[in-house]
Amino acid sequence: MGVGAFFTGKLDEAIGWARKYSIFQYPFVTACCGMEYMATACSHYDVDRFGAGLPRFSPRQADVLFVVGTISHKMAPVLKRIYDQMCEPKWVVAFGVCTCTGGFYDNYATVQGIDTIIPVDVYIPGCPPRPESVIDGLMKLQDKIAVGTQRY
Amino acid sequence: MDGHAILARLRERCGDRILATHDYRGDHTAVLSREGIVSALTFCRDDAALAFDLLVDLTAVDYSRFPGREDGPRFEVVYHLYSVAHNHRVRLKVPVEQDDAVVPTASGLWPIANWQEREVWDMFGIRFDGHPDLRRLLLYEEFEGHPLRKDYPINRRQPLIGPKV
Repeated sequence: MGVGAFFTGKLDEAIGWARKYSIFQYPFVTACCGMEYMATACSHYDVDRFGAGLPRFSPRQADVLFVVGTISHKMAPVLKRIYDQMCEPKWVVAFGVCTCTGGFYDNYATVQGIDTIIPVDVYIPGCPPRPESVIDGLMKLQDKIAVGTQRY
Repeated sequence: MDGHAILARLRERCGDRILATHDYRGDHTAVLSREGIVSALTFCRDDAALAFDLLVDLTAVDYSRFPGREDGPRFEVVYHLYSVAHNHRVRLKVPVEQDDAVVPTASGLWPIANWQEREVWDMFGIRFDGHPDLRRLLLYEEFEGHPLRKDYPINRRQPLIGPKV
């Protein structure tokens, strides 16, 4: 390994470490999963331990898009626009089974999984998922953020 | 007024337009012809003894797969009326054929009928003649079909709509 590659690798690691502990989430809450999201975010489970304590309610200031709740066909263009407004680097978490696959809403109004609209990094199934699984998903997202090449 | 008296009052004034009446567990219903529905609704609203000032609900039923009613008119448009002054209720129904699914609008009588008729158009594809703005209410313009019709496939996928340019 050359000296340059060594330093770039170390820099990538340092930036990945910084990024995984400074997750600014945008909670796109549309349905009942929002309750479980709030339970996870509040002091009892406390996502601030993972550096994700400050949700930003503007997509331009957020790194991670939390899609929390059922997405209808009418909401789909809005979700796509929110995703497009976020700055790179950005990640998407599908929170709850409705966002993963459409859930039991196999009907005329519901999008069958948000990955038909935007790319998804972590899927957290459950109806709604317990806070433990949300934190598990968040830690998996942290691992994903930390490894790999960092673009800056 | 109790339900029997309401139906008697209706029969007295709109008897030629009433196709049938019945009551089930205290809910009284009159089935009217399409031609007579608006005049009957107007009478229900304006008559001092009836004074139905509230259109509680305007909806429709698709009877195409209803046991025993497959051969009759496919749809029925249902009006639920309530009188705040007298605290009484009645239900009016209009049978509608599939080939000629048009009903005269009630939006001139109760403003709320405007949106309720738009929802019935959206979900069942029944048109309302004379409606000022008959667009889809809950679904979007690109939606194909009317989802509450019984022949709408339950797992049919609609094309995803994109952001408006």
